Amino acid sequence: MAYVSVKGGEKAITNAHRWLAEDRRGDAAVNELEVNQVREQLSLAVDRVMAEGSCYDRDLAALAVKQARGDLPEAVFLVRAYRTTLPRFGASEPVETEQMHVRRRISAAFKDIPGGQVLGPTFDYTHRLLDFTLAADGVEIPAALEAEAPQQHPMPTIASVFAHEDLLEADTRAESPQEPYDLTREPMAFPAGRDQRLQALARGDEGFLLSLAYSSQRGWGSTHPLCGEIRLGETAVEFVPDELGFAIEIGEITVTECQMLSGFSGSAERAPQYTRGYGLTFGHCERKAMSVAIVDRALRHREVGEQADAPVQDEEFVLYHSDNVEASGFVQHLKLPHYVDFQADLQLIRRLRKEHFERRAALKEAAE
Amino acid sequence: MTSHVPARPNEAERYYNYAYLDEQTKRMIRRAILKALAIPGYQVPFGSREMPVPYGWGTGGIQLTAAIIGPQDVYKCIDQGADDTTNAVSIRQFFAKIADVETTEDTGEATIIQTRHRIPEKPLKEGQVLIFQVPQPEPLRGLEARETETRAMHAYQEYGLQYVSLYENVSKYGRIAATAGYPVMIEERYLMSPSPIPKFDNPKMGGNEAILLFGAGREKRIYAVPPHTSVRSLDFEDYPFETQSWDETCALCGAEDSYLDEVILDDAGAKMFVCSDSHHCGERRDAGHVGDMAGHQLAALDKEPA
Repeated sequence: MAYVSVKGGEKAITNAHRWLAEDRRGDAAVNELEVNQVREQLSLAVDRVMAEGSCYDRDLAALAVKQARGDLPEAVFLVRAYRTTLPRFGASEPVETEQMHVRRRISAAFKDIPGGQVLGPTFDYTHRLLDFTLAADGVEIPAALEAEAPQQHPMPTIASVFAHEDLLEADTRAESPQEPYDLTREPMAFPAGRDQRLQALARGDEGFLLSLAYSSQRGWGSTHPLCGEIRLGETAVEFVPDELGFAIEIGEITVTECQMLSGFSGSAERAPQYTRGYGLTFGHCERKAMSVAIVDRALRHREVGEQADAPVQDEEFVLYHSDNVEASGFVQHLKLPHYVDFQADLQLIRRLRKEHFERRAALKEAAE
Repeated sequence: MTSHVPARPNEAERYYNYAYLDEQTKRMIRRAILKALAIPGYQVPFGSREMPVPYGWGTGGIQLTAAIIGPQDVYKCIDQGADDTTNAVSIRQFFAKIADVETTEDTGEATIIQTRHRIPEKPLKEGQVLIFQVPQPEPLRGLEARETETRAMHAYQEYGLQYVSLYENVSKYGRIAATAGYPVMIEERYLMSPSPIPKFDNPKMGGNEAILLFGAGREKRIYAVPPHTSVRSLDFEDYPFETQSWDETCALCGAEDSYLDEVILDDAGAKMFVCSDSHHCGERRDAGHVGDMAGHQLAALDKEPA
């Protein structure tokens, strides 16, 4: 077989891009997918891309999903590379999830809680049987019934249940809050504050965080979590422009919030109490929000004096490896040519092998 | 040699800022560069941005280039020493498009050279900037996984672990076994990774007339070796530093002193060695030097537009 040289890079790249575009389109006899179809009908893919892409824009995320042919980490990367070119105006006011217009809100801690259990749109109690009617055209979906009683608003959080007994660590509000750490502007720094950590986790890869949370549940740094509350809904974002000096509403976003409760048996200074792990994501990403809450709590081990020897409790390990754009790039960069390094290595191995056989031959000779 | 591509006229309509990064970001990167030049070999953390190519593809080098490039620059980009490797082609096209610069394959006429894994054979001059793409800026990372630890080790100049590791090499293999990314000491103060260049290139770093900048995008670090700086490859008195050498010469240009790539010719073990620095090789061939396999199709491919 003759050697085929890997040169003529420009032609190769152009043709590869054309081939890629053809593959993305698939069979031309099938209608092309429209971006708004992705946005409306693959909405959870869109949500994940917005969450990990750190950019709340359903249309851009849908476009990224289409362009990436459904490869979600690739779509996340597209959104991140776009996001990074946008100017930064500042930080919004803290979002008040108590003011959320709730579509789903459940607590596993109590049978009923103030505001009630709202099941909402969830896969949780579906039977995972392939629905072949979806493969057929024009199936009518019966409309969901509206609740008779209006929903409570604001919707109290799980903290309100414990408020009068001090059983749960309270939210502390900073007197003059500093602008939160922004990982899109500053490099990772250690020890990481909770703002930096929660941002890293919110941007982090769902699969990685899910596995870390799972490892914690299986005993590798367990926090014995209980799902205090999950809520999904729309919440207003407010911003104080310098020229106005007061907060104005700049939009509404869908978020998923999870509060995990973990028991704390107390110390000399602190009475036994429930502590919290917190997870917040753009869109409807329940698996992710729950994983973030567990990992957040596991990483708070210093605050509660827990022994830390599991991967999930190791700040550097978790935060440095949770970003899938970084991870995917570095793992896949091994595809790039390394023949200069390899040549250097090859030379060494050849020399070591030569010396090995010379030594063996000398030993054999000596033995004879 | 195909070399010169003139700059394109400035485009009226541009979706991105000149050289992609916004001016605030460029200023932040330039500050990091100045700090890096002021403390040779020290890794300066910076707010690395997501770039339109993946991490590992040269995001650090691209950000450095984007921060310092101007329309008057002449840009060269190499990967594995060659101008025509796919990623080098891609990055060169990127800057030709977004920074309207003239591009070249000629090492001598470039003002900015971006590189992955090599230092060109031709000595660099004052006024040139060599930008390295760095996958892992921390020379101690293989010995200590924690960034918090390695930063402290640099602060205290605590490099014993590195020497122990080299000593273990000697006791196990009879030599220092590092072949690429061979650690260097800058101005006898900071231990530095030269990026995964072969140790063959290490001696080119010390006392260089050009500015050497190193960018690690994913790890968010910038470091530098200013001109005329001392760069010492670590070694022992009885096991001195030595570079690679070949029994073979370049099959195309006959060079005896350049870094060689091994090219497999068939599945029966036939191979040839050629200069890794494609411009160096082409220039020698143009000057009339010939190797054992001069005229091989590989040489013809160099003439194709990359």
